[in-house]
Amino acid sequence: MNLTLKIWRQKNAKEAGNLVTYQVKDISEDMSFLEMFDVLNEQLVHKGEEPIAFDHDCREGICGMCSMFINGRAHGPAQGTTTCQLHMRKFKDGDTIVVEPWRARAFPVVKDLIVDRSAFDRVISSGGFISVNTGNAKDANNIPVPKQDADNAFAAAACIGCGACVAACKNSSAMLFVSAKVSQLALLPQGAIERESRVLNMVKQMDEEGFGNCTNTYACEAECPKEISVENIARMNREYLRANLK
Amino acid sequence: MNRFLASSLGKKAVMALTGLFLISFLVVHCAINSLIFYNDGGVNFNAGAEFMGTNPIIRTMEIVLFIGILLHIYQALILTLNNNKARPVKYTLNAASANSKWYSRSMGLLGTLILMFLIIHLKQFWVISRFTDEITGGHTTLFAKMQEAFSSPWVVVVYLFAMISLGYHLLHGFRSAFQTLGLNNKKYTPFIQAIGTGFSVIVPFIFAMMPVSIHMGWVK
Repeated sequence: MNLTLKIWRQKNAKEAGNLVTYQVKDISEDMSFLEMFDVLNEQLVHKGEEPIAFDHDCREGICGMCSMFINGRAHGPAQGTTTCQLHMRKFKDGDTIVVEPWRARAFPVVKDLIVDRSAFDRVISSGGFISVNTGNAKDANNIPVPKQDADNAFAAAACIGCGACVAACKNSSAMLFVSAKVSQLALLPQGAIERESRVLNMVKQMDEEGFGNCTNTYACEAECPKEISVENIARMNREYLRANLK
Repeated sequence: MNRFLASSLGKKAVMALTGLFLISFLVVHCAINSLIFYNDGGVNFNAGAEFMGTNPIIRTMEIVLFIGILLHIYQALILTLNNNKARPVKYTLNAASANSKWYSRSMGLLGTLILMFLIIHLKQFWVISRFTDEITGGHTTLFAKMQEAFSSPWVVVVYLFAMISLGYHLLHGFRSAFQTLGLNNKKYTPFIQAIGTGFSVIVPFIFAMMPVSIHMGWVK
């Protein structure tokens, strides 16, 4: 298939960027979106042009690096899918595809499609951990955990921190990410000890990073490649209220 | 408490609580005004209006209501300004309709339309009943004032448009308030959402029927 691509090019964080149009030919529908980018970059290198900078790592949908805003959607049109797992068969021959980086004050553009997501790392370092040494792997059921809690914690822990929630949110809010991390630990007995300080610190850091406020549009849940539920946001709202009342 | 109110989550909680309080006001307002549907020349309605205008508890709640409205507006402005700052460079192409409802993204616009309506509405009825002796002096009744106002088709159109805005504002606001207060649960959320949808359709519809019924002469 032949495609017209309009891709955001930006030299660095300081200079303004713009959309540049490229043509790619004979793209296989079995390629992933990133493989199509590899083909394009090969072309650019052959022509002696600067290849397009984009983030990627595992290419199997679990690292959360491949941040691309494709045709107005975080990670493109497929539901519950990262960009690396998006296949070209989701597009038609002759399509024009617009690719932009995540846009948020808290995620400054480093170059082209690469953004700096270290704001998420700082949120995690502010409380997204437990401070006890858990030692070696324990026997199963050593500490009894209700099945429901284990399932909810596991579902929240599926968050790969890709930032699609921030990218899709009209307010660039990080509530889905932060609430998934808060929930994952608050639901388990090991995380219960630091339950209050964790949510207080993580929300404080989230606000300081310059993310917007949640208006419950649930665009985050719809665009999340791991389909993290907004129930986590409600849980964080509860946790935060509870921690402030204590 | 200060830490809570200064945080993004605390500000949202203020939006939710004031929103739910304003929703409770809508129930009272809608119930009292529905007295016009007795179709008794406004006798019951005028008695209701007189009670609401003279009862000291209601008059106190009126002040609380205005504080609620102002807080809701103030907090919305602060949050909106903050949200606009969170994305300095906009997307060239944003297919937002693929992931969220238009009215959930347009609460600020819908709220502004409701506020504009509120100013007209208060000027038409509330200012006259509270700050002039037109009604308290017995020169006219609130029901007669309604008949006078709704004789104009333009006023009726403005009211209808405002009630559509209110309906969509409530459709997102009602369920959103529960989510913000942390009340999201697999078992009860569908129930809350159904109540919210019902409320958002029924209450604005009853309100809308008031100017329409009076204009069409169904209620005399």
